[in-house]
Amino acid sequence: MSGKRVTFNQRWLAGLLILPQLLLIFTFFYWPTGEALFWAFTLEPPFGGEMQWVGWQNFTTVFEDPLFWNSVRRSIVFGVASTAIAMGIGLLLALFVDRQLPGYKGFRFVYFWPYAVAAPAVGLAFRFIFAPDAGFVSAINQWFPNLWNPALDGVDAMILIILANAWSMVAYNFIFFLAGLQSIPRSLIEAGAMDGSGVLRRMRDIQLPLMAPTVFFLIVINITDSFVNAFGIVDITTGGGPARATDLMVFKIFADGFKGKDYSLAAAQSIVLMLLVCALTFVQFRYVERRIHYT
Amino acid sequence: MLNKRLIGAAFGAAALFAAGTADAQAPARQRFDYWYGLTGQLGERMAEHCARFNASQTRFEAVCVGQGGYDRAEQNTIAAYRARQHPTIVQIYDAGTVNFMLSGVTYNAVTFARDFNMNINWADYFPGVASYYATSRGEMWSFPYNSSTAMLYWNRQAFGSIGRTEAPATWEQLERDMRALRAAGHACPMAIDFDIWQFEQLSAIHNQPIATQNNGYSGLNAELLFNRGFLPSHIANMKRWYDEGLMRIQTAQTGKTLVQAFADGSCALTITSIANHGVVGSTAARGMEWGVAMLPVYEGTARQNSLVGGASLWVMQGKSRGEYEAAAAFLDWIATPDEVRWMPSVTGYIPITTPAFNAMTAAGFYRQPQYEGREISIQSLTFTPPSANSRGIRLGNYTSIRSELQSELQAAFTGQKPVQQALDDAVARGNQILRRFEQTMRGRELP
Repeated sequence: MSGKRVTFNQRWLAGLLILPQLLLIFTFFYWPTGEALFWAFTLEPPFGGEMQWVGWQNFTTVFEDPLFWNSVRRSIVFGVASTAIAMGIGLLLALFVDRQLPGYKGFRFVYFWPYAVAAPAVGLAFRFIFAPDAGFVSAINQWFPNLWNPALDGVDAMILIILANAWSMVAYNFIFFLAGLQSIPRSLIEAGAMDGSGVLRRMRDIQLPLMAPTVFFLIVINITDSFVNAFGIVDITTGGGPARATDLMVFKIFADGFKGKDYSLAAAQSIVLMLLVCALTFVQFRYVERRIHYT
Repeated sequence: MLNKRLIGAAFGAAALFAAGTADAQAPARQRFDYWYGLTGQLGERMAEHCARFNASQTRFEAVCVGQGGYDRAEQNTIAAYRARQHPTIVQIYDAGTVNFMLSGVTYNAVTFARDFNMNINWADYFPGVASYYATSRGEMWSFPYNSSTAMLYWNRQAFGSIGRTEAPATWEQLERDMRALRAAGHACPMAIDFDIWQFEQLSAIHNQPIATQNNGYSGLNAELLFNRGFLPSHIANMKRWYDEGLMRIQTAQTGKTLVQAFADGSCALTITSIANHGVVGSTAARGMEWGVAMLPVYEGTARQNSLVGGASLWVMQGKSRGEYEAAAAFLDWIATPDEVRWMPSVTGYIPITTPAFNAMTAAGFYRQPQYEGREISIQSLTFTPPSANSRGIRLGNYTSIRSELQSELQAAFTGQKPVQQALDDAVARGNQILRRFEQTMRGRELP
């Protein structure tokens, strides 16, 4: 055996091969993050100029601000709800397609489309469809006056952005669930069927447990995505309102930084957001992943 | 070998091609970059204005790029300046004036005009327009461009149905009219939204301050005042009218903005910029008769001039002499009487100089049906000489203060808190923003 083992000693070649990727990550992740971290400890006029070192002041401003905590709470509600809906529906659709119900080939093809639609476009479509005066859903208000008004009712506005975000994430989840389902050996399912278990029973006891790694992966991706990518939807549909009911963290950072030109405060909040997403992911890996068995 | 030859040929062709296009586009004209913020129909007019300039002479060329919104134009200019890729001229809205004045990176208009021998006569600008963009010493630091003010839009037919032939001049009368309209079966007597601009305008015409230090003109240590005096009682009135169904909130989120709701005839009254006069004119329901009037005041108030809105043109530092000469030619050209007249004829904006306005009036411009009523906006802007409260608002990070107030008003109108409480909270948060701005700009003073 010895002598036949292939070893790889050319570390410089390895370095060279991964260099482009490292450069990309450095340019688009570590560099901006480092810059944001630096800004978070300073105060700087928008056009640049004399930068003052202010220590923790930006962070204390952020943490003492009740509206910041409001945006954290709203982000968590948004993240959990849209993840639950998007994964639930994605799984359901994948199970239907996997069972090869009539027309499944067509559905497999079209279900993925929503994910290819950019968030602002999703937002615009949902704003039109759900506009209380003029949208398709305005018919609801004909029968039950004032039941639905996301322009004035914070709960309605939150439901609107959750639906919009879930709608675009369903497609992504669907593809992964379908791939997960199709990698489960047919023989297992057939064996279950021969033992007399019904469709739902097989889903619960065979397919879902075997797909646990996929489920876990999707939870991590969905939560992270809803925390950092919801901006386009919020900006177009609700603008953070009414009365800050949909003022998610990403939107607040944008408003403080780009509309308010307070780059330092926005930088401090993005650092907090980054740590929060890291913490969430860490918790998921630490406590959820341990219960998952990769085959 | 073949490969090498092929590659060589390809390079040669590419070089030839590059040389060819470079020749074709040889900069015979001196170019300069101009960024504007307006979008939609108004954005097209901006592009058209550039094209007219380029067609009017052969020495210079304006390269005009729309930035997709006033706030984007400001953000992009800041980012571009930090990378030293900024334009020579940029269109900046009223609320961005403070940032540019304090930036230290602009070429102020008075100096620029002197350095490049421009023909601007500063005294021609309407006093309300000039004072808004001037420093505390009265020097203009930017060139007034597209200017507007807020007006009351009213539906003559709806008012005819309640036997009225004039727009209400006071809020008391407006309340009676709204009740009459409601009684006559109009579902939406007046459309409102949470745009803070209308409240700034109302404070000005009632001669009420928004902030201490002459609305911020005299120093960065200004504090907000809109939770006292006139505004709390006016907003409480609006809330009462809203609860009674006399006013309806119309925003993009509800499905129709107030301009759309007015233009299609569903709401009989609204307050919006004179700049929308053209938009309403071209989108109004067929056969609808409507007009504009000065904003109402409360009875017993001596009316003041209203505030100018819109944007002005700033020249940035750090460009070449050639670019500045081109920019100066452009700025001179847009201030010629013909061009000052062109802007109001294709948009709802006002002519910004007294001579141009007088010439247009004499030529019968305002007697043409599609422009009729626009002269009332000049009346409103020039009603009195500007006072400390009606000159303008110069507060740091004002966009954020507006959005704080907007959020609190939404909370008040949806019944989450009383109006006074909402205004107090907005002022407290607004003052924090001002103090942060003051700290960020430490060592700088408003010119």
